[in-house]
Amino acid sequence: MSEAVIAVALVWVAASGTAVVLTRDPLRQAFVAGFFGLALAFLYLSLQAGDVALSQIVVGAIALPLIVLLSLAKVRKGRE
Amino acid sequence: MSRRARLALFAAAAPALAVTLGAGLAGLPSFGGQITSYARMLSELAPRQRHITDVVSAISFDYRGIDTLFEEFILLSAVAGISVLLRPLSDETRQLPEDKAPDRTIPPPSPAVWLLAVFLSSMLVLTGIETITHGQLTPGGGFQGGVILASALYVVYLGTNYVTVERFQPAPLLEAYDGVGAFGYVFIGLLGLLAGAGFLSNVVGLGVTGNLISGGTIPLLNLVVGVEVAGGFAILASEFLDQTAVIRTRRR
Amino acid sequence: MSVLAYGVVAWLFLVGVYGVVTSRNLIHLVVCLSVAQSATDILLLEIGYRTGGHAPVFVGLPAHPGPAVDPVMQALALTDVVVGAAVTALLLALAVQVHKRAGTLDPDALQATRD
Repeated sequence: MSEAVIAVALVWVAASGTAVVLTRDPLRQAFVAGFFGLALAFLYLSLQAGDVALSQIVVGAIALPLIVLLSLAKVRKGRE
Repeated sequence: MSRRARLALFAAAAPALAVTLGAGLAGLPSFGGQITSYARMLSELAPRQRHITDVVSAISFDYRGIDTLFEEFILLSAVAGISVLLRPLSDETRQLPEDKAPDRTIPPPSPAVWLLAVFLSSMLVLTGIETITHGQLTPGGGFQGGVILASALYVVYLGTNYVTVERFQPAPLLEAYDGVGAFGYVFIGLLGLLAGAGFLSNVVGLGVTGNLISGGTIPLLNLVVGVEVAGGFAILASEFLDQTAVIRTRRR
Repeated sequence: MSVLAYGVVAWLFLVGVYGVVTSRNLIHLVVCLSVAQSATDILLLEIGYRTGGHAPVFVGLPAHPGPAVDPVMQALALTDVVVGAAVTALLLALAVQVHKRAGTLDPDALQATRD
C-alpha cells in the first residue's frame, strides 16, 4: 500500500517538474511551481520524512512564489 | 557562446550525463533495502542519550550541530548578498510614490480581506512559535518555524499595504534578529567550551523525555535558529518589496 | 520500484538542466534551477527510505513498531530545502538588477560590460 502511494507521488512529481520547465511565461510558471512544491511535499510525506515535508510546504508555497512574483512585478514596472 | 553552440553542446553532453547518472544510480542499493548502520545506531541511542523524541532535530542540533551552524551562516550570507544587491543604486532614489491626485485617497483594503489578514497572521505567529518550541518532540524545529513566523509578515502585506507593513518591520530590528540568531548559535556552542567539553556539546541539563524543556541545548538552539531564519526571510521579502514599492529611478 | 524511484531523480535533474540551457527569460531559468536542485533532495530521502519503516519520531508509536527510516538523511535534506530557497532568492535579486542595467531578461541578448 505504501509502495503504491510512493509510486503515485513519484509520477506526480515528475509530471509537475516537466510542466514547470515547459511553462515559458514566468507568471504562469510561478503558479505551476507552487503546484510542484505541493507534489514534492506529498512525496516527502509518503517517504516518512515529516520534517522535510514541513520545510517544503512553508518554503514552496509561501516564500518562493512570493519572491518570484515580486521580482516579476519589479521587472514589469521597469518595462513600462 | 551563441545559442546554437550552447544547444549543440547540450545535445552532445546530455546523453552522456544521462548514461553516467543511470550507471551511478544503478549501483545504489535497491530502494527501501537497508539503511546505514550509523542511522540505525542513532535511532537506537538518541532518545535515551538526549531525552528527546524527534531524532531528526537531535541530529541537526546535537550530533551534527556544526553542519547546521554552517547552513545557518549560508543563509545569513545569502540574505546579506540580497541586501547588497538590492540597495538603491547611484541613479535611484528611495521614496514613497507621490499621489498625483491628493484630494482622492487610496481606498483602504476591504474589511473582509483585512479581517482575514488579521486572523491568518495571528494564527501563523502562534503556529510558528509552537513549531519552534516543540522541535525536539515532534517534526518541526527552528528552520520550519522561522519561515512560518516570517510568513505572518507576508500575510500582513497582502492584506493591507506597504506603509502598514513597514511599520511592523523596521529594517534595523530585522537585521538585529538575524545577527542575534547567528551569534546566539555560536555563543551556545562556546558554552560547551566554557564547561570543559567540546564546542557545541550538550552541557545544559537534559530534562525528562517528553517534556517541553528537554534535550539540553537542543531547544535553545531551535530558538536561536528560529529567530535567525525568521529575521532572514523577513529581510528577504522586505528588500524585494522595497524594490517594487519605493525604489525608483531618480528623475532629472 | 527502484527504477521508478531513481529514474524520477535523473529525469528531474535532466529536465531542470534542459530548462536552464534553453531558457529565454532569466526568471524562468532560476525556477528551472530550483527544480534541478529538488532532485538532489529527493535522492537523499530515497537513499534513506526503508520499506515498512516509520518516521524517526518516537512518540505515540504502536506496540511493535517496525524499523525507523534514516534520520541522518532527513537532517541533511531539511536544511537544504530552506537554504536552497534563500539562494534562489539571491539569484532572483541578480536577475532584477540585470534587468535594470541591460533592459532585457533574455540571456542571449546580454553582453559583457565593457568597462
